[in-house]
Amino acid sequence: MSTDIAEKSEVTSAPTFEEAIAFVWAEADLLDRLDYRPWLKLWTDSGKYIVPVERDVDYVDALNIVYDDQEMREARVKRLLSGFSMSSAPPARTVRTVSRFVVTEQDERSITLRGAQMLAEYKYQHMRFLPADISYRIVRGPDGNLLLDEKIVTLINAEDFQFGIGYLL
Amino acid sequence: METTTIDGAVVSDYADLVRDDRGHTSLYKDAKIFDEEMQRIFRNTWVWVAHASDVPTKNTFKTSWVGDQPVIVTRDKAGQVHVLLNRCRHRAASVCEKKKGKASVFVCPYHGWSYDVDGKLRKVPHAKGYEEGFDTADYPLVSLRVEEYNGLIFATFKQDIEPLEEFLGAARKWIDLFMKQGAGFGVKTLGEHKFRFPGNWKIQLENTTDAYHFPIVHKTFLDSLDEETENVFDVLGQGGWVEDLGNGHSVMVMIPDLIDLDDNLDAPIPDRFADLARELAEEGHCDADVRRIVRAVGGTGFNLNLFPNVACSMAFFRVLRPVSVDETEITHVAIGMDGGPVAGNRARLRLHEHFQGPMGFGTPDDAEGWERVQRGAQAGDDLWILLNRGVDAPEGVAEPGHNAGDVSAETGMRAAYQMWKRMMAA
Ligand code: FES
Ligand SMILES: [Fe+2]
Repeated sequence: MSTDIAEKSEVTSAPTFEEAIAFVWAEADLLDRLDYRPWLKLWTDSGKYIVPVERDVDYVDALNIVYDDQEMREARVKRLLSGFSMSSAPPARTVRTVSRFVVTEQDERSITLRGAQMLAEYKYQHMRFLPADISYRIVRGPDGNLLLDEKIVTLINAEDFQFGIGYLL
Repeated sequence: METTTIDGAVVSDYADLVRDDRGHTSLYKDAKIFDEEMQRIFRNTWVWVAHASDVPTKNTFKTSWVGDQPVIVTRDKAGQVHVLLNRCRHRAASVCEKKKGKASVFVCPYHGWSYDVDGKLRKVPHAKGYEEGFDTADYPLVSLRVEEYNGLIFATFKQDIEPLEEFLGAARKWIDLFMKQGAGFGVKTLGEHKFRFPGNWKIQLENTTDAYHFPIVHKTFLDSLDEETENVFDVLGQGGWVEDLGNGHSVMVMIPDLIDLDDNLDAPIPDRFADLARELAEEGHCDADVRRIVRAVGGTGFNLNLFPNVACSMAFFRVLRPVSVDETEITHVAIGMDGGPVAGNRARLRLHEHFQGPMGFGTPDDAEGWERVQRGAQAGDDLWILLNRGVDAPEGVAEPGHNAGDVSAETGMRAAYQMWKRMMAA
C-alpha cells in the first residue's frame, strides 16, 4: 500500500494527508472487491470499527450497528466469507467512492480524516444508495505501514431504518 | 376480495384462506387483504406502542405506530401515558416529527394550533377568525385507549375492547419472567435497530416462533460463538417446546434452563461472562448480586410472541410494523437494567449488536430469508403455506421434555393464524 512512501520518509513520523488518502482509497478498493482477509491486517490491535446508530454519543455505551474490536472483525470476516450466510452469499455488489477529506486532528503519531462515502449496492434487481459521513484515525505501525486505529461510518440515515447489509461499509 | 381464488373458486370469506394446518399464499401478496388487515386487526386489538422507559418522566414523548396510523406516546404531569394520533385537527399536519424527546406542548407548525400532552387543544392563533360557537374542546388530538402491563404499553382504537390483562391472558406469566432481565433494577430500553425487508408482515410474525430455521439460517452466528455458548444456542436439542397461549399469542422455549432467571444462580458462571463477573466483583457487588446480574445479562431462553406486533424475544423486544403488503419495518429494541451497573449494560449492548440489526450476525440472514419467501410467493397462486409441522401438546400444555409440541413445531404460527382468522372472518 503506502509502504514505499513510508520507507522514503521517517518511519516514525505521523502519516501525511496524501499518504492517508492513498491508504483510505486502497482500503475502499479492498472492500469493494470483498478482499476481506488483507483488510483485517490494516488494523491496530486496539482498533475499533464502528457503524453508529446515533450521532454525537459515547459509542461504547450506546447501541451501534457495528462496534467491532479485532476479535469481532475476524469473526465478521469469517462469517461474510463462509458461504453459509444467506445475506452475503451470493454477496451484493458494491461500488464506493470516498472523498471530501479534511484533517480533523493530527499529532506525532496519527492523522484523523473526515470524509464522505458514496456507496451503491446492487442485489436481486435492487439498487440501493448508502451515503455516509466517515472518519478515520490512521497511525503508522511499527514497520512503517499505515494502520487504521478507528473507522466510524455514520450512514446518512443511521437512526432510521436500513435494509440488511451483507458486506463491510 | 374479488381477486382471490382457491382452486379456481372465488373466495367469499377471508376465513377460507386459513385452515388448521396451512395458510393461503394470497395472505402474503394481496393488497386488498393488507388494507383489510389494517382495519380489522390493527384497529381492533391491543397494539404495542412503547416501553414505559421510553417515556420515563413527565412531559417526555416518543412517536410510534398503531398499524398504519402514526401516533405520539406521551406522559403527562401526573405520570399518565397518552397515545395520540399524530395529526392536527385543523388541516391534518403532523404535529411531531421527532423520534423522542421532552415537550410540555405540541405546536402544529402549519398554523400554530397548540396541544397539551394529553391531547387537549390549548390555543389557536388569531382565534377571532372563528365563529362564536367554535369550541377548542371539540378538537383535541384523537386519543386512543391505553393500558400497560409490566412496562409494556399498548394502545387500541377499540374503546370497548377487553382489558389488556385479559387480552394477554396466559402470556402475562411469560412477560413477568422476561422482565427478570432487569435483575431487580427494572428494565430500560437502551437503543433501537431498525430495518426493513421487502415482504409481508406475517412472514416476520411467523419467524419469531420458528426454531426450525435457527441452526440453518444462523449457522454463521453459531460458528462465531465459543463452544460453551454454541451449546447453549443448540435450540433444537434441549427439550424445548412451543405453547399456544390463546388470542394469537405463543411462547417458544428454546433454552429451558433460561426460563426463570432467578433459578440456578449457583451454577458456574459461563466463561464468556468471566470478565464481566470479575469487573462487577471489583466494583464491590457481592457474589449473589454478581451472579444475579450476570445471569440477567445473558437474557432468557424463550420467545414470547404477542399478536399482532411485538415479541419479547430472548433478550430484546422485536416490534413489527406493516408498511405495505410487501414491505415491513422491524425494530429490535435493546434492553438493559435501569440504573444497573454500566459494565452489565455495556455487555448487553455488545451481545445485542452481535446478533441483531442490519449488520448483525443473525438479522441480515433472517431478513434475506423473509425476502426470499416474498419473492418465492410470486409463483404458485393456488399454493398454500404449510404450517403443519409438529403436533400440539395435549390440552395445549407442554412441559419440558414433553414429547409433543416440540420446539420446532409450527404451533405458534398456527396460533397466530387462528387469531388472524377470527379477526378477519366476515
Ligand atoms: S394544520 Fe395544524 S394548525 Fe393548521
Ligand atoms: Fe432467525
